[in-house]
Amino acid sequence: METIKRLYQRHLIKKRSKNFKPTVKKSTRSFWGNVILGLFLLAMALLFFFPVIYMISQSLKPMNEMFIFPPRIIVSEPTLNNYRDFGNILANTVVPVTRSLYNSLFVVAIGSVGHIVIASLCAYPLAKYKFPGCRFFNQIIVYSLMFNATVTMIPNFLTIASLGMLDSQWAIIIPGFASTLGLYLMKNFMEQIPDSLMEAAQIDGAGYVRIHFTIVMPVVKPALVTAFILVFQAFWTNTGDKFIYTEARKGFAYVVGQLANGKISGVGSSYAGISAASAVIMFAVPLVVFLIMQNNVVSTMATSGMKE
Amino acid sequence: MAANKISLKRRAQLTLRDMKRSIPLYIMIAPFMLLFAVFVVYPVLKAIWYSFTDYNVLEKANFVGLRNYKRLFLDDSTFITAIKNTFIIAVMVGPGGYILSYLLAWMINELPHKVGTVLTVIFYAPSMAGTAVITVFAQIFSNDSNGYLNAILRNLGITQEAILWLSDSEYVIVVVILASLWMSMGVGFLSFVAGIKGVDEAQYEAGAIDGIRNRWQELWYITLPNMKPQLLFGAVMTITSSLSVGTIGDSLVGFPSPNYASHTIVNHLNDYGSIRMEMGYASAIAVILFLIMIICNMLIQKLLRKVGT
Repeated sequence: METIKRLYQRHLIKKRSKNFKPTVKKSTRSFWGNVILGLFLLAMALLFFFPVIYMISQSLKPMNEMFIFPPRIIVSEPTLNNYRDFGNILANTVVPVTRSLYNSLFVVAIGSVGHIVIASLCAYPLAKYKFPGCRFFNQIIVYSLMFNATVTMIPNFLTIASLGMLDSQWAIIIPGFASTLGLYLMKNFMEQIPDSLMEAAQIDGAGYVRIHFTIVMPVVKPALVTAFILVFQAFWTNTGDKFIYTEARKGFAYVVGQLANGKISGVGSSYAGISAASAVIMFAVPLVVFLIMQNNVVSTMATSGMKE
Repeated sequence: MAANKISLKRRAQLTLRDMKRSIPLYIMIAPFMLLFAVFVVYPVLKAIWYSFTDYNVLEKANFVGLRNYKRLFLDDSTFITAIKNTFIIAVMVGPGGYILSYLLAWMINELPHKVGTVLTVIFYAPSMAGTAVITVFAQIFSNDSNGYLNAILRNLGITQEAILWLSDSEYVIVVVILASLWMSMGVGFLSFVAGIKGVDEAQYEAGAIDGIRNRWQELWYITLPNMKPQLLFGAVMTITSSLSVGTIGDSLVGFPSPNYASHTIVNHLNDYGSIRMEMGYASAIAVILFLIMIICNMLIQKLLRKVGT
C-alpha cells in the first residue's frame, strides 16, 4: 500500500514538473479520498450507462441473437445489418428522407438559436435589475414550470390554430421559443455575475443590450450551453404530429418514430433490430452535440477575468 | 386616511417614474414575455377556468363551481390512492436524486476536464435517451426467473422464487421508484455540473489559507454557498419531476397499474384528460398538483437558505 501511495505521489510530481502552470492552491486532496471517489464514480457510471450499453448492443445483434433469453450484453456476431436495413427503409420512403431531415434541421436550428437569444435577453433584466413588476415576472416563470401540460394542450392547440400556424413548422418553433426551462436556468446563472462588472460597462457608456451580448453572455457560457442542449433535444425529438399533417412537412423524429413502431417497415417482430438501430441514431445526434458543446466549456468565470 | 391617500399617490408616481426609467429593460423582456403570455400563461389560466366547469372537449363548458374538487376528495378513492403513491415516490426519488446528482456533479469536477465531460454525458445519457431505455428496464425487472434482477437475487441466494416485479402490487411501486431514480440525472444535474465550474477559484485559495483542511469542508463552506442559484434551480426541477412521475409506470407496469399500486396523480390526470376526455375534472387534478408543487417549493426554498451556515 505504501508503495502505491509513493508511486502516486511521484506521478503527481512528475506531472507537475512536466507541464508546470501556476495553478490555484486548493485544500489538500488525500490519496485515499481520490481512490474512493474514483471507484464510486466508476461504479455509478457503469450503473447509469447500462441502459445505453444495452440499447447499443441490441442494435448490433443479428436476428438470431435478438430474442435470446436471458438477454446478453455481449454480441457474439456483431453486425451492422440493422443499420443497413434502417438506411434501406429510409431510402425508400414516399417523402424523401432528405426532406424530413431538412425539416428537422430547420426547426432545430431556428428554434434553438432563436430561443437562446430571446430567452437570454429576457433572463438578464430579470436576474440583475429591479424594476416595477420584476418580482411578479420571476414568480410566474417558476410557477409555469409546475403546471401539467396535458390539460393546457387544448387551449394551446386552439391558440395555434387561430394564429394560422397549423400544418407548418412554426407551430413547433414559435411555442418552443416560450419554453421557460432554459430561461429559468440562464436567469439563475446570471444572478451570480458581480454587479461591479456591469457598472463598469455602464460607466463606459454601454447600453443594456450591448452589456448583454458582450459581457453577460460570455460569462454565463456554461448555462447557455446547457440551455442549448435542452432546447436542441426538445426540438429534435418533437414529432409535431399534433400540429403538422402534411407528410412532406414532418420531421425526422416523426419518420423514425413511425419506423420504430413498425408502421413503415410493417414486418412484425423483424423490425426489432431496425427499431433498436433507429433509437441509437436518434440518441446519437444530441449526444454528439452535447459532447462538442460541453468540451468547449472551460471554467469561464476564471477565463473571462471576472473577479470581484 | 388622508396621509395614506397621499402616500398612495406618491407611490404611484414613484412607480411610474421607475417604469419610465426601465423602458429599455421592458423592451428586452417583451419578446419572450409576449410569447410566454400567449403560449404558457393563457393556456394555464384557461385550464384553471376549465377546472370549475364540466368541459368535455366536445360540448360547451358549463360552470359547475367546486363540484370537480368535491368529487376529487369525497367521491374518488383512486385519487386519494394516487396522492399517497405520488408522495411515496416523490419522497424517495426527489431527495435521493437531488443529493446523488449533486454529489456526482461535484465528484466530476475533481476530475480532469476531458474525463469529466465524458462522465457528464454518461450520467445524463439515460435522461437523454428517454423512452428508448424503458424497454431495458422492462428486461431488468422482468417477471421471468431469468430476468436480470431475479437472476441476480437468486444467484446471491436471497430469493428462491422469481419475484413478479412488474405485476405484483407489492413491488410495482419499488420498480417505478428505481426506474425514476435511474432517470433522475437530468437538467438539475447538468446545472450542477455547470455551476460548480463557475465557482471562483480565488475563493478556494482564500479558503485554503483560512484553514479549510479537506474537500468536505471546502464543499460545505465554499462550493455549496456559492451555488445557491443552481441549488434552487435543481430543487425546482426535482420537485416538478418527482411529483410528476407517471409515464415510466405506464410503460413498465402498464396502465392502470396492478391494483392501482403505482397509480400517481399524473396517471390519474392522463386517465381523465386523454382517455375519458373529462377535461374539467382533469384540470381540477392539474390545479391540485400545481398547488402541491408550489407548497413544496416554498418549503424547499426555506431549507436551502440554511446551506453553508
